[in-house]
Amino acid sequence: MKTIDFSTSTVRDLNQALHDQVKNLEEREWVVMHPNGAHNLAVGVNEAVSVDIQGHAGYYCAGMNQKASVTVHGNVGVGCAENMMSGYVRVKGSASQAAGATAHGGLLVIEGDAGARCGISMKGIDIVVGGSIGHMSCFMGQAGRLVVCGDAGDALGDSLYETKIFVKGKVESLGSDCIEKEMRAEHIEELQELLNRTGFNEKASDFKRYGSARQLYNFKVDNASAY
Amino acid sequence: MCGIVGLYLKNPALESQLGKLFEPMLEAMTDRGPDSAGFAIYGDEVGDSWVKLTLQATTEGYEFKALIAALEGKLGASLDWFQNASAVVLKVKAEESVVRAVLGELAPSVRIMSAGKSIEILKGMGLPKEISERFGLGSMKGSHIIGHTRMATESAVTMEGSHPFSTGADLCLVHNGSLSNHFRLRQELRREGINFDTDNDTEVAAGYLAWRLQQGDSLKTALDSSLEALDGFFTFAVGTRNGFAVIRDPIACKPAILAETDDYVAMASEYQALSSLPGIEKAKVWEPVPATMYIWERESA
Repeated sequence: MKTIDFSTSTVRDLNQALHDQVKNLEEREWVVMHPNGAHNLAVGVNEAVSVDIQGHAGYYCAGMNQKASVTVHGNVGVGCAENMMSGYVRVKGSASQAAGATAHGGLLVIEGDAGARCGISMKGIDIVVGGSIGHMSCFMGQAGRLVVCGDAGDALGDSLYETKIFVKGKVESLGSDCIEKEMRAEHIEELQELLNRTGFNEKASDFKRYGSARQLYNFKVDNASAY
Repeated sequence: MCGIVGLYLKNPALESQLGKLFEPMLEAMTDRGPDSAGFAIYGDEVGDSWVKLTLQATTEGYEFKALIAALEGKLGASLDWFQNASAVVLKVKAEESVVRAVLGELAPSVRIMSAGKSIEILKGMGLPKEISERFGLGSMKGSHIIGHTRMATESAVTMEGSHPFSTGADLCLVHNGSLSNHFRLRQELRREGINFDTDNDTEVAAGYLAWRLQQGDSLKTALDSSLEALDGFFTFAVGTRNGFAVIRDPIACKPAILAETDDYVAMASEYQALSSLPGIEKAKVWEPVPATMYIWERESA
């Protein structure tokens, strides 16, 4: 296990050391001490290492992650796990805005709440939030699953493509072209599997499913006069 | 971009350390705002018939001594003053409007940064570290303080364009974001008798709040109506004689984070600025919800 302490090291020291593991894998377990809200922690990692961040992280933590498993023992700032390709990011506290934005794959678990625009333009990632999420979440979500054990803010799933959204609590309002859909047996099964995997003690049947009404996919000639 | 920070002490025993606790918070926001910086500190209140003003000269090496002597002669009132770098804190036993009129006549180039019972605004161009060293922030005392580090996007980098802005007694505002309807609103507020010194959008927000408070609104009502009146992106931290408030616009593009312990409430654009505070590991830390007001006020003003 290798420890990087920010009392003596910098973000560049950490990220360079993590990037170096791709060419020459020397260490699988990394611990970051005293992060003090620094930005860009463990960004662009491309190797199956585990990184434990002992404290709060700033913006873009674990952004562009591939293969790595990153755990933050605190809160994270804007854009946690943005554009993640694969791997696993777990936030023990809460996340600020745009968590999991544009991410293509992997799993992001936020034990607390997530701010506005959680999963904006998500393209295949699974995001599971233990608490509630803010407004405009999953805006233009294209693929993947967003699971919320608490409530969702205004305009959930606005202009949605094919992301599946599951919310247990109250949805403040649905965005354009986002509708509630039937929770069939196969949805309960896949959601239960995901919940079990993320360690939340929840029953999939308590959740409601939301998805795209698919009315904004194609240009409608009747609307031509609006342009 | 800009960075904003605020610290409101719940525990009066910490008042002697306010500047020392706040200095690293301001400096931590250097990356968000290296052009200019400033802060508004509340404390050292003046008595009932007194008013306290902070003055700054627009020219370097301005002779304040002669101005104060002339002011004393004209007003014939007791006064007390001290110079802090380019600024002067002036306490006068007179009406604020009278002092303003005489100052305007004697020294039109001297800017009145703040007026009230408690507030002092100190600001200028340069890195936050230079500003805090220039004014000796580290040894200042007080009950609450808000500060700003500026990355200018919207109007010139000048001392006058630096934040915080004050347009009413003991009221000040720092702002991260930009307002798009400030030109029209400034014209409307000028008609209502609010004075503006700059083309800056934030000054208009401060002016709007000052106007609402003059109309009898509470701070809460004034901030509520600002959500309707102001068009743009903003996170505001507002200081009043006995209080501190934080509000974000409904879209909430601009960041903000709050932390609270038994001793203090702290606000910053980024958590980095809070990490130097004592007991922050155990503090309640959260992101303020959009279009929602957070106010802390002391009972005794």
